[in-house]
Amino acid sequence: MNWVFVHLLRKTLCCIIIAGGMSLSCVSTVANADDSQAAVRSIQSRMVKIFGAGGLRNLYSYSTGFLASPDGHIVTVWSHVLDQDRVTVILANGRKETAVVLGAEPQLDLAVLKIEREGLQLPYFDLENHASAAPGTRVLAFSNMFKVATGDEPLSILHGVIAAKTKLTARRGAYEVPYDGPVYIIDAITNNPGAGGGLVTNTQGELLAMIGKELRNNESNTWINYAMPMSELTPVIKQIMTGDYVSQETKPDGEDNPLRYQPLDFGLLMIADVVFRTPAFIEVVDANSLAEELGLKPGDLILFVNDNLVQSCRELRQEFGRLEAGDDLSLTIRRDDKLMTVDAIVPRKVNEN
Amino acid sequence: MNSRTYRIKNLHLVAVVVWSGLFTNSLYAIDPAVVEAQQRRVAVVNEVSPTVVAIFSASGEGGGGSGVLISADGYVLSNYHVTSGAGDFMKCGLNDGKLYDAVIVGIDPTGDVALLKMLGRDDFPIAKIGDSDALHAGDWVYAMGNPFLLATDFKPTVTYGIVSGVHRYQYPAGTILEYTDCIQTDSSINPGNSGGPLFNDAGELVGINGRGSFEKRGRVNSGAGYAISINQIMNFLGHLKSGRIVDHATLGATVASVSDGSVVVESILEESAAYRRGLREGDEIVSFAGRPIRSVNQYKNILGIYPKGWKLPLEYRRNQEKETVQVRLRGLHAQSEIIPGQKKKPQPPGKEGAQKKAPKEPEVPAEFAKIYEKKTGFANYHFNQQEQNRILGRLNQWGDYASRNGLWKISGKDQKGNPFKVELSNEQATLSYGGKVWKQSFDGSELTTDPPNTGGLLVALHHLRLFMTHHGFLFSEFMYLGTEPLDGLGNRVDVLTSELTSVQSRWYFSDKDQTFLGFDTQVRPDTDEAEIRFSKLKEFGELKFPSHWSVSSGGANSVEWIIESIQLSPGPKPTGKQVTSR
Repeated sequence: MNWVFVHLLRKTLCCIIIAGGMSLSCVSTVANADDSQAAVRSIQSRMVKIFGAGGLRNLYSYSTGFLASPDGHIVTVWSHVLDQDRVTVILANGRKETAVVLGAEPQLDLAVLKIEREGLQLPYFDLENHASAAPGTRVLAFSNMFKVATGDEPLSILHGVIAAKTKLTARRGAYEVPYDGPVYIIDAITNNPGAGGGLVTNTQGELLAMIGKELRNNESNTWINYAMPMSELTPVIKQIMTGDYVSQETKPDGEDNPLRYQPLDFGLLMIADVVFRTPAFIEVVDANSLAEELGLKPGDLILFVNDNLVQSCRELRQEFGRLEAGDDLSLTIRRDDKLMTVDAIVPRKVNEN
Repeated sequence: MNSRTYRIKNLHLVAVVVWSGLFTNSLYAIDPAVVEAQQRRVAVVNEVSPTVVAIFSASGEGGGGSGVLISADGYVLSNYHVTSGAGDFMKCGLNDGKLYDAVIVGIDPTGDVALLKMLGRDDFPIAKIGDSDALHAGDWVYAMGNPFLLATDFKPTVTYGIVSGVHRYQYPAGTILEYTDCIQTDSSINPGNSGGPLFNDAGELVGINGRGSFEKRGRVNSGAGYAISINQIMNFLGHLKSGRIVDHATLGATVASVSDGSVVVESILEESAAYRRGLREGDEIVSFAGRPIRSVNQYKNILGIYPKGWKLPLEYRRNQEKETVQVRLRGLHAQSEIIPGQKKKPQPPGKEGAQKKAPKEPEVPAEFAKIYEKKTGFANYHFNQQEQNRILGRLNQWGDYASRNGLWKISGKDQKGNPFKVELSNEQATLSYGGKVWKQSFDGSELTTDPPNTGGLLVALHHLRLFMTHHGFLFSEFMYLGTEPLDGLGNRVDVLTSELTSVQSRWYFSDKDQTFLGFDTQVRPDTDEAEIRFSKLKEFGELKFPSHWSVSSGGANSVEWIIESIQLSPGPKPTGKQVTSR
């Protein structure tokens, strides 16, 4: 009883601090209206609109990104929008460019694109130069949400306050989200369609975080407005940009978690995952396994897991990693130019240890 | 739990209480600017709250929304999708807790704007009109209204946010309704906020909230609300006061952006004014209404804020040569498209909780009978009649023209001293000028645009005589149109329009003192207008008549006429009809 009371008081205290921080930054914005206008314009000039795959049903075909180098490196969220060879990028001045995916870290929901045209001298963000923020900090969120802006029209801005810095526990559709690192929770509705890859800054215009995808809270099933701190993203972005990025394929989604399903759990050994998008070909089918029971054979290419397109061995592992015992499992495979689908129930996972 | 930890937690509790108490005290002492900013916000909200209107249907069933008072005699701005759901007679609540009757005045179904009039007072509190073009992304704004229709005491809800973007274009969602040049805000806009005001940081009215982007989170605020800019609405206000169902405009040309970022004409209607002024396919649109055009959205934005029929400057480029012309804008829709209940009815933007079927057309309640008149093309013809009377009342001070419906003889000379003579009768118009004589009969024979390059001065003068002697009586259509800038660049003027066979005329009056300033007559829809402007009112016997006329057409240099003599004979038999208004 008393303990609960203490807890409540702590919460009250926390609220007061938030209020204090809010008011203080509010004054600074009021005092420097011209400065904030300049900061806003400066940020918008370094952001891009991204148009790619999607456009069907709830799959919007646009997202947001920001420039990380004068040569046209663009940071954005890893999403279905990037599921095509080239995406269209619209710079702040309205110029249309094409870009390709240079590298991605699905674990962080992060991708880095590169504009194909060489010799560009673009305004960009120096990623080393980011700030961090405590709950109560007033923030601005910049994004291409709802595709409101087109051409050279500036991106939408929202204002809000960092409500918390916490670990993400979220899901997308039926699946858990691989990222479980620290995030800022924001009291504004920042995570809208197309907002992923947008930026959260403080009112001084300093970089704080990248807006993530639209996710729901694991427990409450409510939509989360969150952004991933630049401190989490910057090292990987830098590595992808310099080509030093070591893919975390050895530890993809759930592989370090003995509770997560892997291809071997179904008796599948996939071909060696050597390139960024190694197609999900089956190398070996274990005898007396579920895979054998389903009639899968070496050489089969797995295209869909439960209607989700898997474009690589890594995506296959991610999809398997999201399964729970008792789930319906449907695999669509290609064998000799024929498509076939097999259905099963995910068996209880056998833990060898 | 053992007693030891219990005790520790109690201590902890005390510590927290003390600390938070200290912190709270020191917080309020920290920075007077914080308190000042808050007090300023409170002051703004207090100042504007009395102008915010909660709108309900007269029966209390069906629609509802918000609005804002803009005149002491009760004019209220709201959304069309609010009033279309609420009906022509409404109940409006103010923050004084009182409920007032209100009647529909004019509607703009394309722009989603409605003008209504609250009754019962001539001292309503009014919102100060701001300049929406002065807004920037990042500016603080207040959205006010009655979200979820939850204020039973009519005290408005305030949501405070920033401008997320300006000059936004929101596509029509399968209807004729489109939001052009609108303001995007993160102030929470929810069902019931529709029609309510968006105020800038100084408490000036900068927009009317009406739409939001919604998706999987349901039909509640998702961080992107849109307000119709007040500058657009002020362009339409005169039209809305006419009691009409007003239309938006088109240039009669479609445009496309090309790779170098310029916007070029893709196709153009030959009967459009833009075509007559020389605009052709492939020409680059440089600016329109004084605003540079760099994208198709910008073109749509600019076009969208003007009513049908306004004349605006258009700058285009062909082969490195720039040309600026004045273009009268065509209507965007056929009338059948914008009259509610006919053809496609514009649907609300899908956010009002109140958007069920409009209540059944009620009988006109007795208290409204004097201020409501149904007529095709009008939301409430009563207000048109009022505006006609206001303007024509002043014209009657020029003398008793009604009795002078016989032969008119007008003579004088132009600025070079060349004499002219005009004779006008019911049957014929004659002009002798520069050694030539032009005649036009009105016995059903074809109407000409003679003399050449005047746009049809003979027909125009004939219509002037009809208008002066009978006002609207002899025309097939006659109405108060609204206001527009005279000749595209001048002051706003009140406009009456008349129609007879194919001939359309616009009659211009000063919106300050209702002085008759001139008129345009268009013989056919595909011809340039004859444009006559008056100045220097002089007394000719018992009648006042303008003694200086400026006559031009199609952007050509005007000819100045100085009137020296008028003889306006009484007709063979007065019609006996009252002509000030029908």
